[in-house]
Amino acid sequence: MTIGIKKVARPREMSFPESLYLVEIVKGLGVTMGHMLSNIVRQEGIKTIEYPEVRREMPPRFRGCHRLMKREDGSPRCVACYCCATACPAKCITIVAGESPDPGVEKYPVRFDIDMLRCVFCGMCVEACPCDAIRMDTGWFTPPDDTREKLIFTIDTLLEK
Amino acid sequence: MPTLTINGMNVDVPQGTTILNAAKEVGVEIPHYCYHPKLSIAGNCRMCLVEIEKFPKLQTACSTVVNDGMVVRTDTDKVRKAVTGVLELMLIHHPIDCPICDQAGECGLQNYYMKFGLHRSRYALEEKVHKKKVQDIGGQIVLDAERCILCSRCVRFLTEVTGTQELNFFSRGDHSEISIFPGKPLSNNYTGNLADICPVGALTSKDFRFKCRVWFLKAFDSICTGCSKGCNVDAHHKGDILYRLKPRWNDAVNQAWMCDFGRLTYKAMNEARLLTPFMREEGARKVAAWGSLLPDVAFRLKAAAEKGGPDRVAVIASPQSSNEELFLLRRLATELLGTKNLAFTHRVAGDGFADDFLIRADKNPNSRGAQLLGIPDGEAFDALVSKIAAGGIDALLVFGNVLGPLSEEETAALLSDVPLVVQVGTNEGPVSKAATAVLPSASVAERGGTFTNHAGRVQRFRFGFPPRGKAKNPVEILVALGNRLGAGWTFAGEASVFKAIAGTEPPFSGMSYDSIGMFGQEIK
Repeated sequence: MTIGIKKVARPREMSFPESLYLVEIVKGLGVTMGHMLSNIVRQEGIKTIEYPEVRREMPPRFRGCHRLMKREDGSPRCVACYCCATACPAKCITIVAGESPDPGVEKYPVRFDIDMLRCVFCGMCVEACPCDAIRMDTGWFTPPDDTREKLIFTIDTLLEK
Repeated sequence: MPTLTINGMNVDVPQGTTILNAAKEVGVEIPHYCYHPKLSIAGNCRMCLVEIEKFPKLQTACSTVVNDGMVVRTDTDKVRKAVTGVLELMLIHHPIDCPICDQAGECGLQNYYMKFGLHRSRYALEEKVHKKKVQDIGGQIVLDAERCILCSRCVRFLTEVTGTQELNFFSRGDHSEISIFPGKPLSNNYTGNLADICPVGALTSKDFRFKCRVWFLKAFDSICTGCSKGCNVDAHHKGDILYRLKPRWNDAVNQAWMCDFGRLTYKAMNEARLLTPFMREEGARKVAAWGSLLPDVAFRLKAAAEKGGPDRVAVIASPQSSNEELFLLRRLATELLGTKNLAFTHRVAGDGFADDFLIRADKNPNSRGAQLLGIPDGEAFDALVSKIAAGGIDALLVFGNVLGPLSEEETAALLSDVPLVVQVGTNEGPVSKAATAVLPSASVAERGGTFTNHAGRVQRFRFGFPPRGKAKNPVEILVALGNRLGAGWTFAGEASVFKAIAGTEPPFSGMSYDSIGMFGQEIK
């Protein structure tokens, strides 16, 4: 295949009144005002939403921020098996296991931190969990924050979500 | 020499070999739980069933001795079906609590289920027989009766190796379980081995409990530093943290076992470590840089030797050091500083406990090596201590964290009048609290070298991971000090030092790291 040359139309040179921009600015403002007025009259047609007070409905399989599930008595369902930390490709989960006071539970997470800045939202942790203790169904993106430390979610944060 | 056929492969084995061991020779894996090479044969797990021609029934490979002309098959449908059936029966009452089980990752049930099982459970969950979990049965062991497959390895270990017989089977049928006798916990010094030989998660280590998942751990060959027996160990670590020691098989030293004290020696390599070099000025620690501290120490040692004569300089070696370090230290003391004040002691506070199996009274890994390398022990050390106490020493170079059996107060009192005390050590201790300059040394896991055990067996311990903090390999420290004292040494690493030892020290002549190998070599 040979490489051809395609002729493209050059932009037309502006006439003198156009090059003053005066009339054009008024025309442009007219379009903006028109939209504003029509939005005031017909509010249901507005395309933007007032995030985060109003939230778009996410598809059911959307992977958002993590949450840790609780048992009926309010203790974490997680047994600190490290399956999620093992499966995590971003190595963003830090777990420290401890001996639970409840002998029926035995092992529980003393620490369970997710570094949300490292997380790639792949959902492998949810897939790997044998206890259905971690889910990504909060529908939230990582919220913005002003320090890195605040974006390392601890077990308390994750249980509250 | 009977010749038999296993899966179509011919194999010659000595008379009396079992089929399981013969199969191992040709690389055929026969699954087994109750069989352990160092214990008697029980034949009760039934996992090693194989088909033998002219035998009407399947036979257990672990207990059947080979005969000439036997034709064994381990890969037939009949065998496979039987093994899967046995495994299914074992798993009937298993709680399947792998997420909270420390054995997960190195569990016989997990491994064989993936290889020979993959069946669906036909037993209703609510009909499972439940037994007592998390039982502290003494020693280093936690018992979970539910996970037990009743292979009896632990019972045989406690009968045949320690002779203490604390564990036994109780009840019958589905309710049959392993347990201690009421009020009689495990009371021997080898309980940690139970966690090693248990093929499932029934007996797990109390010390390692929930610390780390085994699949995160990496292992390297090491030597236990707990006593002069020199048990071969596998050291398991993740990053620069050691998590556990496990015995490494060496029939000439520790077979497959190690003692409970030795198992916990790894803790010293994690905790209270000396991590930065420092000087003590007017009682306060001042962090120093290696680049300035090493020349400074060398200069002050040399100045002391020149000013008061070499007799006012002393070197105390440590039986915790490797042969390589002791060799360099001896040369540094005798050739470079020219002093006769060189000694070590194998005594430590609270030593002396010994038994006739693995635990030795001498709690140092390399006392024999120090003696063989010509460093005087015992009386020479006492004489040196009284000389220091009398104020006859201006500069002292100490290896190790303790001065033999001296307590913290005694050490502080002894060293307080010495103007210069240079320590090369791994951990905080009496010496680091009294020393004027501290050069942090890499621990056994962070360096390589050789120890000579009580029987004169030279064994290698390997480098596991780089030194923590700013600690340095003592060979490196000694070469740097030696060269600043005018030695002109070109040793790079412990291997080149060992070559020099093999060349000049008669007990070690002709040895090399290759000839020592995995299992060590006796001195001549």
